[in-house]
Amino acid sequence: MLRINGLTKQFGGLRVLDEVSFQVPEGIIYGLIGPNGAGKTTLFNLITGIIKPTAGSVHLGSKLLTGLASYRVTRAGIGRTFQNIRIFREMTLLENVMVGMHDHLCYGLAGTLLALPSQRREEQRGRERARELLSWVSLEDKAGIEAGSLSYGEQRKLELARALATDPKLLLIDEPAAGMNPAETEELMAEITRISRRGYTILLIEHDMRLVMGLCQRIAVLNFGALIAEGTPEEIRRHAGVVEAYLGKDG
Amino acid sequence: MTETLQVFWATYNTLVFTVGVHAMLALSIFLTLSCGLLSLGNAAFMGIGAYTAALATLRLGLPFGEALALGGLLPGLVALVIGIPTLRLSGVYLAMATLGFGEVVRVIFLNLEITGGSMGLNGIPMKTQLWHILAILAVLVYGFVRIRRSKIGRSFEAIKEDETAAKAMGINTTAYKLLAFVMGAIIAGVAGGLNAHFTFFVSPREYGFDPAVDILTGAIFGGTGSFVGPMIGSAILAILPELLRFLQAFRLAVNGLILILVVIYLPNGIWDRKLFARLRKKGAA
Amino acid sequence: MIAQQLVNALTLGSVYALFALGFTLVFGVLEVINLSHGAVFMAGAYAALLLVTKANLGIWVALPLAMLVSGALGLLIDQVVLKPLRARRAHHLMPMIATIGVATLITNAIQGIFGAETSRFPFGTIPEESFQIGAIRITELQIAIVIISSLLMLLLVAILKHTRLGKAVRAVAENPQTSYLLGINVEAVFCLVSFTAAALGGGAGVLIGLSFNSIFPFMGQALIPKGVAVIILGGLGDVRGAMVGGLFLGVAEVMSVAYLSSDYRDAVAFGLLFLILLVRPAGLFGRVMERKA
Repeated sequence: MLRINGLTKQFGGLRVLDEVSFQVPEGIIYGLIGPNGAGKTTLFNLITGIIKPTAGSVHLGSKLLTGLASYRVTRAGIGRTFQNIRIFREMTLLENVMVGMHDHLCYGLAGTLLALPSQRREEQRGRERARELLSWVSLEDKAGIEAGSLSYGEQRKLELARALATDPKLLLIDEPAAGMNPAETEELMAEITRISRRGYTILLIEHDMRLVMGLCQRIAVLNFGALIAEGTPEEIRRHAGVVEAYLGKDG
Repeated sequence: MTETLQVFWATYNTLVFTVGVHAMLALSIFLTLSCGLLSLGNAAFMGIGAYTAALATLRLGLPFGEALALGGLLPGLVALVIGIPTLRLSGVYLAMATLGFGEVVRVIFLNLEITGGSMGLNGIPMKTQLWHILAILAVLVYGFVRIRRSKIGRSFEAIKEDETAAKAMGINTTAYKLLAFVMGAIIAGVAGGLNAHFTFFVSPREYGFDPAVDILTGAIFGGTGSFVGPMIGSAILAILPELLRFLQAFRLAVNGLILILVVIYLPNGIWDRKLFARLRKKGAA
Repeated sequence: MIAQQLVNALTLGSVYALFALGFTLVFGVLEVINLSHGAVFMAGAYAALLLVTKANLGIWVALPLAMLVSGALGLLIDQVVLKPLRARRAHHLMPMIATIGVATLITNAIQGIFGAETSRFPFGTIPEESFQIGAIRITELQIAIVIISSLLMLLLVAILKHTRLGKAVRAVAENPQTSYLLGINVEAVFCLVSFTAAALGGGAGVLIGLSFNSIFPFMGQALIPKGVAVIILGGLGDVRGAMVGGLFLGVAEVMSVAYLSSDYRDAVAFGLLFLILLVRPAGLFGRVMERKA
């Protein structure tokens, strides 16, 4: 489903990503791991059009994503969460998720100003869908409160719900377990598994090895911007280069 | 009772009109602020609208409604021209681009034959009536209420809070910023047209950087959480000069001080819903 | 004829560069567009005027003192207005809006105190000598302005490039959080940069005041849009860019006055700005900063 081909990114003299190529098949949870600074988030930013690659391409199905503006990439079917949680703190949970539904609410300025029935219907449909998505992450009873007052773990769940609202073909999740205690991490793993079972394809960046090995069907390993290993969790576990990357030569 | 009203009206009608026009300008800048944009050119748009509407009445003999429409349209087009290259970039660039814009407009008005040079335009017929201002304000308020509870209002809010995240939601942020900026310019232009037709003249001096700062101060002072705040803030600041006349030159310095104090100590302005909620809770406790 | 215009352009351009340098420093290090930079520029000019008229100091003694005064003012503005906003992590537009308030306050307060009329330096303050080289006339004042501006700018660049202090400043400009973790006193750097930038701005104010022999409250306000145009032209936060951009604007303005029309002189800066935003928003030396999500 997602084809990354020779993706390279150079910032001045620094080569942050070097000829990375791999594929994410449909319907699985695919993990992207590597030490800090390996280029994982840069890869996400390249896929979602926040930055442009120096070389290489990204395809979603048959559609070329590289070169598209960020919002067009989302419209093509990529949803995403951010490493440092970028929810809209001043809006309610419901409104946050409804922002995610932006492209799927079919009305414009005229409909809004003239209060056309079609606009009201779409808003109603949007509210219902948003509540449904919030219930998937067990947040529907907090729908009306301000997002900024949520706990850290709840904010992460909200971000997931919001990303799902964009109705993605591929969901990019960036370090969801960062800053979470073991109990929250367990809940998160269950959450992501449930989402996967609903049919979403997921590409996941994560540091927590247990989470990655437990959740992902396939894994790609980056180090210093290069892909050093790709395969099933067993294959990765045994791969010498991966062990070296994480633990150093004498590890 | 009616006699007191008549006396009040005779003395203060200009002030009431001014407050009304300022409320419109407050709404125009609120629109841009509501999606995280700072436009310092709204006074210039007002000036373009004033000149356009005045010329439409004086030279083209157009009826008032059409003159006002033109007065709104032209600033809108100018805003489009400025906005398209600027709004692809972060909101800060618009602030910087509109900084110099007021002065450029002033210089152009000062030097064009058609705008009467430094003398401006005189003898504009008195056409603005109170109901015009109230009606337009009512329509604007209705529009703002409708937008707030729609995907457009949510998009503005999202862009204001986090433009990158907004893009990740599929929002074409450039298009929305352009929409806010152009609509703001149109509103300011119409306000200018109304203003011209009750002050009888238009001069290049009134539409530069300082009036833009006035409008901004009023909006921030009132509070940009909703469209109500800027209207209240600008009304207060419009009346304030009457009360502070004794300060003379320092009156404008006070405006600057108000802006500083509000930004530091009262960042949500005086019309702060959350503040009211907290006070209500304290009162009930 | 062109050569003469170039001499004028060089003089004007070097002062624009000096002004823009302070402006871009604050943006690069504090990440704030400090719109009160025009007010400290004007304060420098008035300080020099007062020192010359009331304290009977020579202009070349008054200049550094005036720079100290404007530097102190810049530092005060940072501590009283910008620091609370930093602590609060306010929305990025807020410091800019606050500095608009500062500019309005200072400019109108000065107008209230000194009146709106243009003041001039007393006769004898400004060197009157001029030299004739071929068809070109160069005044002593022009030479002094170019030399002083250039010296100040070179001094700043040298400090930034070759001293530990300069490295610390550049580190903070790159990434305040990391600098802090590396043990750099980030607040102290902010204070120093605010002071220096304002001092340079005040110096530019004195030089412009001398150059046109006119000092009036709104002289700084008129320069702000030009300063903005210069730093965008040069690349936001880029020191070389501010200097090159300032010179470029000086040339563009002088040429447009000489060959087009003097009425639209102040519009040249805006025209340039608009053009740059259309064609290359990063400016001459800027890197389009790609924010990581």
